[in-house]
Amino acid sequence: MTGLLGIAPLTRQEVEEILHRSRDFQTPANEPSPRSDVLRGKLVVNAFFEASTRTRVSFEIAAKRLGADVVSISASGSSVSKGESLVDTLNTLGAMRPHAIVMRHQASGAPHFLARHLPTPIINAGDGQHEHPTQALLDARTILDHRDSLEQLKVVIIGDLAHSRVARSNIHLLSKFGAELILCGPSPLLPRGMVDLAPGVRIERNVPRAIQGADVIMMLRVQLERQHESNFSATEYFQFYGLRLEHLKLAADNVLVMHPGPINRGREIASEVADSNRSVILNQVENGIAVRMAVLERYAR
Amino acid sequence: MGAIRIENGRVICPASAIDEVATLYVQDGRIAGRGVMPEGFPVDAGVIDATGLVVSPGFVDLHAHLREPGYDHAESIESGGLAAAAGGYTTICCLPDTKPVNDNAAVTRYIIERARAAVVHVRPIGSISKGMAGEDVAAIGSMREAGAVAISDDGAPVMNARLMRRAMELAADFDMPVMTDCEDHNLARGGVMHEGLASLRMGLRGIPALAEDLMTFRDIELARTTGVRLHIAHLSTAKSLDFVRRARQEGIRVSCEVCAHHLALTDEHVQYDGNYKIKPPLRSDSDVAALCSGIQEGVISAIATDHQPHPGSDKMQEFDECPFGILGFETSFALSLETLYHRQMVTLPQLLGLYTSGPADVLGLACGCLRVGDPADIAIIDPNRWWQYDVNQSFSKSRNSPFHGRYFQGRVVTTMVAGNVVWNA
Repeated sequence: MTGLLGIAPLTRQEVEEILHRSRDFQTPANEPSPRSDVLRGKLVVNAFFEASTRTRVSFEIAAKRLGADVVSISASGSSVSKGESLVDTLNTLGAMRPHAIVMRHQASGAPHFLARHLPTPIINAGDGQHEHPTQALLDARTILDHRDSLEQLKVVIIGDLAHSRVARSNIHLLSKFGAELILCGPSPLLPRGMVDLAPGVRIERNVPRAIQGADVIMMLRVQLERQHESNFSATEYFQFYGLRLEHLKLAADNVLVMHPGPINRGREIASEVADSNRSVILNQVENGIAVRMAVLERYAR
Repeated sequence: MGAIRIENGRVICPASAIDEVATLYVQDGRIAGRGVMPEGFPVDAGVIDATGLVVSPGFVDLHAHLREPGYDHAESIESGGLAAAAGGYTTICCLPDTKPVNDNAAVTRYIIERARAAVVHVRPIGSISKGMAGEDVAAIGSMREAGAVAISDDGAPVMNARLMRRAMELAADFDMPVMTDCEDHNLARGGVMHEGLASLRMGLRGIPALAEDLMTFRDIELARTTGVRLHIAHLSTAKSLDFVRRARQEGIRVSCEVCAHHLALTDEHVQYDGNYKIKPPLRSDSDVAALCSGIQEGVISAIATDHQPHPGSDKMQEFDECPFGILGFETSFALSLETLYHRQMVTLPQLLGLYTSGPADVLGLACGCLRVGDPADIAIIDPNRWWQYDVNQSFSKSRNSPFHGRYFQGRVVTTMVAGNVVWNA
C-alpha cells in the first residue's frame, strides 16, 4: 500500500514521524507560512465525491505550499453525476498521471477498492463511516501543541461514534500511544462492540461521569441524516449528550475541547463552550494544513 | 445411447449405503449393473478408468440463480448448466427471481423448455407471492402441475406473516415444499455484512444475526401450524440452527441447507471487495463452528451453492453499491472437501450425502442415487488432486467469486448426465 488509507494499518513510529514532520510546517505567529518546492512539477488530484469545504481547501493549500499543481473535482461538477462508475472516473484521473489522489467518498472502503486498481498513491480524506486519517493526525498534532505526550491522557469522545470516521481514526491513533479512551453516546449510535476496536477503550453512557478528570474532550458532529437511527429529538440529544459550560469543571483544569467541525451550535456543543478558552477548534483547522503538508510530502510520488 | 464401464472406482451411494470398489456399468442412460457385468452388456463399451477415484451420484443443488429469463447478460440456463456440470452437478433447482418472476405456470413451463439446452437437469422453483412482491399468493397449484419443485420468495422474504400462513396452507394442500430465505427486512435494512466487530471496524453497516433468527423462528412456527414441508435456505447462524434442531426433534417437517462459503469464510475475511458481499453475510467464528457441528450431527440436510452470477461491472463498485452474491457451482464441492473432509470433520460418504441424496430427499426428487436402474447421473471425483480455480475460465457468464486463484485439494473430474459425459477436467 503506497498511500495513506487509514490510521489502523500504521505503526506508532510512522504516526510519530508524520506528527514530528508537521511541526516544521506550522506557521509561527506573525510570520509568513512555510513553503517548500518538494512537490514542484507534481500533480495532486483532489477527488471529492462527497461535499466538503474545509478538508478540500486544507488539502489544496497544503499541496500548493509544497509547490504541487493541484486540481480539485467534486462529484456535482464531474462525470460522476452523469452516471460514470467510480472505477471509470478514477481510471480517467489516473491517466492524467497524478502523483497522488486525495479522495473523499461517502462509501466506506472506496479508496481501498481503488488502491487495488490504480498504481497512484491514494490519500484517504474520509471514507464513509470508516476512517479519516488526516483528521486524527491533526487532532493529535493539536493535543501535542498543548501537552507533552499522548501517553496516559484521558480522552473522551462524545456523540455518534457508530457513524463517525473521525472517531474511528482517533481511537486507532490514540490507542497506539496508550491513551485512556472513554466513548460516550446513546446505544444506537455507540454499539457496545466498539470497546473492542482497540486496546484501552471503555464506554460510559453518562456525560458527566465520562468527562470526570478528562484531559481532552472530543465532540462529534451530530449527523442530521443519521438521527433516524436513534430517534432522538434535537432537544433531548442536547440535554443528554450536548457539551455545556457546567460540564467543563468536571474535567481537568486545562481540558482541551475539540471538534472536527463544522459545529452545530446548541445541538452537540453549547456556543459558550465552543468559544471558550478551553476550545482548540480553530487550532485544529490551522494544524490541518501543516499535517496535510507532512502527509503529501511523505506519500505523493 | 452407448454403454460405458466405469472401472475400479470407489462407488459411494449414500442413499443405498453403498461404499465399495467396483466397476459400474452404464447403458442406455441408466445404471445397468455394479460389480458384475450385466448380461448382454456390449463388450466394446467405452471405458473410464476410475482407479483411485470416487464414483458418486451426480450432485443436486437446491439453490441456484440462473438469471434466465430476463438477465441473460449475467447467466443463462445453458451457461449456468455448463458451470454446474463442471462442479459435479447433474440436477439444479433454479430460483424464481427472473424477469418475469416465475410466479405462474407459463414461466415455469418456459424455463423447463429452455432447460432442454442445458447439459444438466434443471428444476424450477416458483415464487410464493406474485412478482415476489409479498402481497398476493402466486399460482402455487398450477406451478406444481407444470413442474415446479418448490416455492420461494428468495431474497425478498415474505414479511407479512398472514400472507405467509395462507401461502403455506395452500402449499401444504398441493404438497409443494416451501423454501425460505430467513431475514427480517426491517432489522437488516441497509446492512452489507454481518453485524459484529468487523463491521464496526470497517464502518460498514451490519446485518444482525437476529434478523435471520427471528424469521427462522417465525417460519418454523408457521410450518408447525400449517403442516407444510419447510426448507430453510442457506442457514447461517448458530441460533437458527438451534431452532431447526429443536423443531425436527418435535417432529415438525423442517429441513435446512448451508452453503460451502459460509463454512469456509467468516466476517473477518471480508475486504472492501464486492466478491465478499454475500447474503446471508459471512458470519462469525462461532456461527461457523455451530454449522460444522450441525453437519456432523446430521441436522443439516444439504449443502447448496447459492450460485448468484453478477456481471463484472456490478461487482466493480463501492462495497455499499454492489449487489449480494457470488458464483458457487464450480467451487462449492472443492471448498467443502477442504473445510469438512480434509479436516476430518466428515467422511466422504457423509459429505457426498449432503450433495446427493440429502438435497434430493428435501424436495422428494428422484435422483442422487446409484442403484441399478437409476438414471446414470454420475460425478467422478479425485478427492486429492490439487488444482487452482481460475474464475476467468469459468463456464459462467459472470466472474464474481472470492475464490479466484485459490488452490483446492480435490475436485470432480468427470460429470455424466443420463450416461453422457458432459464435463471432463
